[in-house]
Amino acid sequence: MADNAPHSHPNALSDMDVRVRALETLLVQKGYIDPAALDELIDTYEHRVGPHNGARVVARAWSDPAYKEWLLRDATAAVGEPGGFGFVGRQGEHLIALENTPQVHNLVVCTLCSCYPWPVLGLPPVWYKSAPYRSKAVIDPRGVLADFGVSLPAQTEVRVWDSTAELRYLVLPIRPPGTDDFSEAQLAALVTRDAMIGTGIVTLPRSAGAQA
Amino acid sequence: MNGAQDLGGMMGFGPVLPEPDEPVFHAEWERRAFAITVASGFCGRWNIDMARSARESLSPPQYLASSYYEIWFEGLRRLLTARGMVGADELESGSVLRAPLPGISAVARDRVAEVLARGGPTERTLASPARFRVGQSVRTRNLNPTGHTRLPRYARDKVGTVVALHGGHVFPDTNARGEGEAPQWLYTVAFSGRALWGEQSSADSVRVDCWESYLMDADAPDERQGARAGGPA
Repeated sequence: MADNAPHSHPNALSDMDVRVRALETLLVQKGYIDPAALDELIDTYEHRVGPHNGARVVARAWSDPAYKEWLLRDATAAVGEPGGFGFVGRQGEHLIALENTPQVHNLVVCTLCSCYPWPVLGLPPVWYKSAPYRSKAVIDPRGVLADFGVSLPAQTEVRVWDSTAELRYLVLPIRPPGTDDFSEAQLAALVTRDAMIGTGIVTLPRSAGAQA
Repeated sequence: MNGAQDLGGMMGFGPVLPEPDEPVFHAEWERRAFAITVASGFCGRWNIDMARSARESLSPPQYLASSYYEIWFEGLRRLLTARGMVGADELESGSVLRAPLPGISAVARDRVAEVLARGGPTERTLASPARFRVGQSVRTRNLNPTGHTRLPRYARDKVGTVVALHGGHVFPDTNARGEGEAPQWLYTVAFSGRALWGEQSSADSVRVDCWESYLMDADAPDERQGARAGGPA
């Protein structure tokens, strides 16, 4: 897939503008889609649903042992029920949380398409959907981690999860040391999207570490 | 289908290139392509397995040369014509040439949140017991169907261990062909990196979600010749 060179085909992009607009117009005229509903869909995933959702889940799991136990036992309920966060729906119907530890590092991929837990992470980044990641993650996950600047101890087991069914995986990263006094909101601010996919680890920014 | 979408283990694409502060969409047409695909799906004339199958039906050269939303857009065009919602002549001309399919009403803005929240759960109740148990050694079948499947090439005819049983789930291979949900038990199977790739892989284990018909009892070699072993529950 050609996503790794997004700026190399300016003419192709303008061609796509024309083609997509023409199909949208046709579908609206046939009464199949409502233009206002399109705006709502875009706004939902561009501005409201994203990795800040997952970061709140992770921060609570780090702060509340009972919540962490619930998340690891039944992530769909712990994330989706009103007693959790109410993050439910499309591409998150069956959620599973995977706990990273010093012994086991989990990394999530979808080699066949782009399966990704939308309610907690939003839409996937380009690299997640692209050929380099999808091809390499299952055969050389440490090489992928190196592409992200991450190096794990040799004795850590690297476990790759290929999302071939409608189960959606969320990685629960290791809580960084030096954060014992952090509130849930402070912890959530540290959690990155990549750490919840397994291509990153959560670290303390130098300035925050100095304060802690 | 052994198409270009089945990328696991291929080489030569270069390093993964994360984009700092990446936006959700990179162009206005990507926003619209995303939204018209999802909204067209709301019409209920195809399921998610048909949608994946349509994207996989791009020829390998086209698939690999297309960006993600270009693939979505081409898949949508194929779905709309295959399901009779739009004619090829309408796609060509950009004009409405015949009446829309009856019984479809566009989802309005104020119903979008509700439809997204409902999603498309795939878990189904099964009457028959699961054939395999957690901890059991299983071998994936050597399947090469011409239609849609969710068993990647790299995980075919490989021995692994069942590490989770997830209940009954809609079977994509039939659902993609419009032949029904035909739900089956779904398992997570762990394969060692060595079993999949030999000595050179840096993967300690790769876990693949497998429907029951993808699997056979690893200790019943007769099954590889097609005989049903009637294995343990």
